[in-house]
This record gives sequence, structure tokens and C-alpha cells, in this order.
Amino acid sequence: MATAFDEVGALATVSRRARHPLRILRELPAIPLLIVAVLAFVALLAPVIAPHGKLDPVKPTPAQCLAKFGAENCPYVDGMPPFWAPEGSLTTPLGTDFLGRDVLSRLMYGAQISLLVALTGTIVAGFIGTMVGVLAGYMGRWWDQILMRITDAWLTLPSLVFAILLSSVRGPGVWNVVLILALVFWSRYSRAVRGEVLALRERDFVRLAEINGISKTRIIFRHLVPNVMNTVMVLFSLQVGVAVIIEASLSFLGVGVPPPEPSWGLMMSEGRDALMEGSWWLAVFPGICISLLVLSANMLGDWLRVRLDPQLRNR
Amino acid sequence: MKKYILFRAFYSVITLWLLVTIVFALVRLSGDPVKMRGEIGADAAYLQQIRQDWGLDRPVHVQYVSFLANLVQGDFGHSFEKSLPVRAIYLERLPNSLKLGFAAFAISLLIGVPLGMISALKVGTAWDNAGKAVALLGLSIPGFFVGLVLIIIFGVDLGWLPVLGKGSSNFSGNDPSTWFSFWFQDWRHLAMPAFALGWYFSGAMLRITRSGMLDVLGTDYVKLVRLKGVPEAIVTGKHALKNAMIPVLTVAGLNLIIMINVAVVIEVIFNWPGVGLLLYDGLTNRDFPMVQGVVLMSGVMIVLLNFIIDVLYAYVDPRVRLTA
Repeated sequence: MATAFDEVGALATVSRRARHPLRILRELPAIPLLIVAVLAFVALLAPVIAPHGKLDPVKPTPAQCLAKFGAENCPYVDGMPPFWAPEGSLTTPLGTDFLGRDVLSRLMYGAQISLLVALTGTIVAGFIGTMVGVLAGYMGRWWDQILMRITDAWLTLPSLVFAILLSSVRGPGVWNVVLILALVFWSRYSRAVRGEVLALRERDFVRLAEINGISKTRIIFRHLVPNVMNTVMVLFSLQVGVAVIIEASLSFLGVGVPPPEPSWGLMMSEGRDALMEGSWWLAVFPGICISLLVLSANMLGDWLRVRLDPQLRNR
Repeated sequence: MKKYILFRAFYSVITLWLLVTIVFALVRLSGDPVKMRGEIGADAAYLQQIRQDWGLDRPVHVQYVSFLANLVQGDFGHSFEKSLPVRAIYLERLPNSLKLGFAAFAISLLIGVPLGMISALKVGTAWDNAGKAVALLGLSIPGFFVGLVLIIIFGVDLGWLPVLGKGSSNFSGNDPSTWFSFWFQDWRHLAMPAFALGWYFSGAMLRITRSGMLDVLGTDYVKLVRLKGVPEAIVTGKHALKNAMIPVLTVAGLNLIIMINVAVVIEVIFNWPGVGLLLYDGLTNRDFPMVQGVVLMSGVMIVLLNFIIDVLYAYVDPRVRLTA
């Protein structure tokens, strides 16, 4: 009898173990991962799969010119609606902007800029913030006091206002936006990381490392940093969405990515002028792209947070 | 209590000093204030002239001391374009921002708090999932996109609401008749920008209300009230709600300050003449003192209101003053 029970128990554990990897797969947030994968794919392959260039107007057919200007030859047709509208055409599926450029192609190239800027900016910010947080938490005393007071002061200004101030002295430019995002967002990491390190440094493995005479640098990089990576990853994924919005806002205000580059925020601000003439698609399509990217980043961040923090699992 | 207030005041002054020092240093380290004007293609002599006018040719420590001295005296610089003190322009615009901020604040509470409560009371059900979806959409769809879509629907297609400006009502410090009426006029102009601005924050309010309510519903005193046989509506509506609102109100207070200062893009879209549009005007006019002045004014306002919130919080909750 007893052996039979044991066998059943053993079987149950085996089957549970075997199911485990699959369960993780099933719990993966499929929709946001799919959106991010598609956007990354489009961004990487934009030069190959985009139907038109990002900066040059689309060459119109004589019929399109005739309909718009009443002449057979014209350099470009601006403000063409998406393909389902009567004046639309499948060569420019999402219409053309005020310079006759293809909206779909520009959106594809825009994915490059948005992902590049938001990811690099957030990574650099995460690196600085983690370092500051670990230093403050582990070194304690004056380091802690000074670094945390600076972090607090840094956190006072709303990120958009801060970013606008910095962009006014940097001027527009893709790398300037990356620098600004790094400068604005590092403080969001250091506060959380410091709290984490304060608890970690009282733990036995850190104490033992200290007793063994291991150098502070080594303790920080080998023992503390790997242990705060969970927190950093969660913050990172939640921060990417904010970074995308800040980049779009700066570009919208004309101090982010400079024209004629196709940043989504910039495309929205260019499309805004045509809203009154009824050309809604110029502002709506980039807006949908921004929203989808931020939405999936936030969903991934929420998923990671729940995954990495068992206490939150049922909330 | 007195000791606590003094401590918080000292802390606020330190934060403020660090903040202006950071602004001073970053502006000089990461770029060049004159750069904004240089981009028109002005010649070196002209730039040198501006540099002199703004005192940027002096040694850094001299600049820093005079920068601090001016700020202590309440001088936030002069607008280059309008040749007026930034503080005066800012304070003149502030009522418009307050009006927009309060309206957006009310909208965020009206959407966020009831939905958050339903989410918490029906935790794990379809209601809860719907609440989560609303919160996620609120935090993910940027307010300026919501604003543009509102303009397309209600401004262009339906033509129900005015798209630009704040209407004819003005707030004037000298004219007492406007002190009251200003806040209640031209709501048609207010509706779209306030919703676009409040949208984002309603997602945040929903999440905080939900988790606050869940925390309180799990406490012993709520269980005891239920054991007593008190009707469920009174348990949640009276006993639980009061304590659940404490975190909500703290965050709501902070959100209100942030909304007033961070509505830059929405004010640009709706041409709403608040402090955000002032910041944008500074950018487009290549008016660096204006940009810096508005940012510093925002910083001062936020630190000041943080201080007030801290003190009020300690007044309401005695535990706070003992731990600090």
C-alpha cells in the first residue's frame, strides 16, 4: 500500500515538474510580446520592407495628379487619405502627409527611432541609477545622505518639465534625446535600488564576504548588483513606456528628434495642423503606434513585476 | 509637532537649494543657454553680446552666487522676448493652469475612485478585469493623443466643442468680480483639455484606490464589523472607504500639483494659456531665461506644496510625526 502511494506521489511530482516549463510558456503575456516583436521586426527591417523612402515624396500616377491638381504632372500629391477612402490608393496604404510622403513607410522608420531612443535612454538611466543606488545603500553615512538628497531633489521636477529644460540647452537631435532621458530618469532607479541594498547588506552572504576581506568593489559588483537586478528589470520595463511618451512629447514640441526624420511624436505634431482640414489619419496613426508600444511595455512590466514578486501574484 | 514642521521646513530648503544647483549645473554642463538663439544663424559678435547681457561671460562661481542671490530675492530672471520678470508672467498664467488642473483632477477622481472601488470589491471577476484594462489604457495612451482624438470627434466632426483657447473669462487679481466667476465659466472650452489631462491620472487613481481598498478590506476591524452583522454597503461605504481614502488623497494631492505643471503638450494642442504654454512659448521664442524661470517656478511650487502636504499629513496622522 505504502509503496503504491509513494509511487503515485512521485509520479505527481514528476508530472508537475515536466509541466513547469510549459506553464511558464502559457503564462507569458502573448499579446504585448507579439506587439513588441512585430515593432522590433519592423524597426530592424524598415529599409527592406518599407514600400517607400522615409524622406522622399511618393511619385504619383497621372490620374492622381489630375484628381488633385487638374494637371497630369505634379511632383507629389499631399494629404492622400488611407486606402479605404474613395481617393485612397493601395500604393500608399495609410495615405500621404503634407509633403506627399508615405505615412506607412515613415511609421516603420519611426519605430526605429522610438525603440532606439527609448531603450538606450532607459538603459543608460538604469545603469547610472543602479550605481548611485548601490553606492548610497552600501557605503551608507555621507554617501547615502548626499546621494539620496540629490536624488530627492532630482525627483522633484516632473520629468517632462525637466526634459524640456535640458532640451532647450541641448537643441534637437536623436542622441540629445537619449542623453536627456538618461539624465532625467536615473533618479527613479536609485531610490528603489538603495532600499533594496539596505536590506541586502545585512544579509549573511554580504557579511561573510566582508569578513573574508573581499574588496568593496567586488562585493558591489559580484554580490549586490546581481541581487538588485530583479527590481531594476521591473523598473526598466515600466520606464520604457514613459520614455517613449517623453520622446514623443519632446518631438511634438519641436525639441526632440528634428525634422525631416520620421519620429512618431513629430509626425503627430505635423499632422495636427491638417486636423482642421479633416486629414485625421496623419495624427491618428502615429498616435496608435505610440499607444501600442507604451501599452505593451506597460503590460510586460506589470507581468514581470508580478512574476518577480510572489507577494503581488494575487493582486 | 513644532519640531516636525521645523525639520520638514529645513529639509524642503535643502531640497530647493539642491534643485536650483542641479538646474544651474546641468544647464551649463550639458549644453549652452545661448545655443537657442544661435540657431538662427546669428554671428559670433551677437552671441557674445547675449552672453554678456545674461552674465554668462563671468566666472562660474560669480554666476552661481548671483543666481542664488536673485532667487532668494524672488527674482526668477527676465523674459528675453517680453522684457518682463518671469515671476510676474508665471503668476498671471497660473490661474488658467489651476482651472485646467482642478477640472482634470476632478475628472481623474470621478473616473478612478469609483472604478477602483468596484474593482476591489469584485476582485477577480470580470469587473476587476475591466477596471485593470481601464487603468492600463489610462497609463498607456498619452494624453496628447487622447486630446487630438477628442478634437477630431467633438471639434471637427461633430462641431460641439470649441477647439482652441480658454474662452473669454479672465482671472484678475484687481477685479474681485472675477475671483469667483472665473472658475465656473467657459466649461465648453475646458471639457476636452481637462479630460485629456485627467485621463492619464485616472488610471493611476484607479490603481491606488483598488490596492488601498484591498488592503483595508483585509484588516481585522473590517472583519469584526462584518461579524457584527453590519450590512455590506455600510461596511464598505463607511468603515472601509474612510481608511482606504488616505493613500488616495495623498497621491491625489501630489497629482494635482503635477497636473498643473506638466500639461505642456495638452496646453499646446488646445492653445490653453497656462504655464505649460508659457514654457512652450519660451522654447519657440528661443527665450532661455523664460524656460529656466518657468522650470524654477514649477520647482519652487512643487517643493512648497510637498511641504504643506507633509505637514497636513502629520497633522492628520500622529504616527508620521513620531517616526520622522
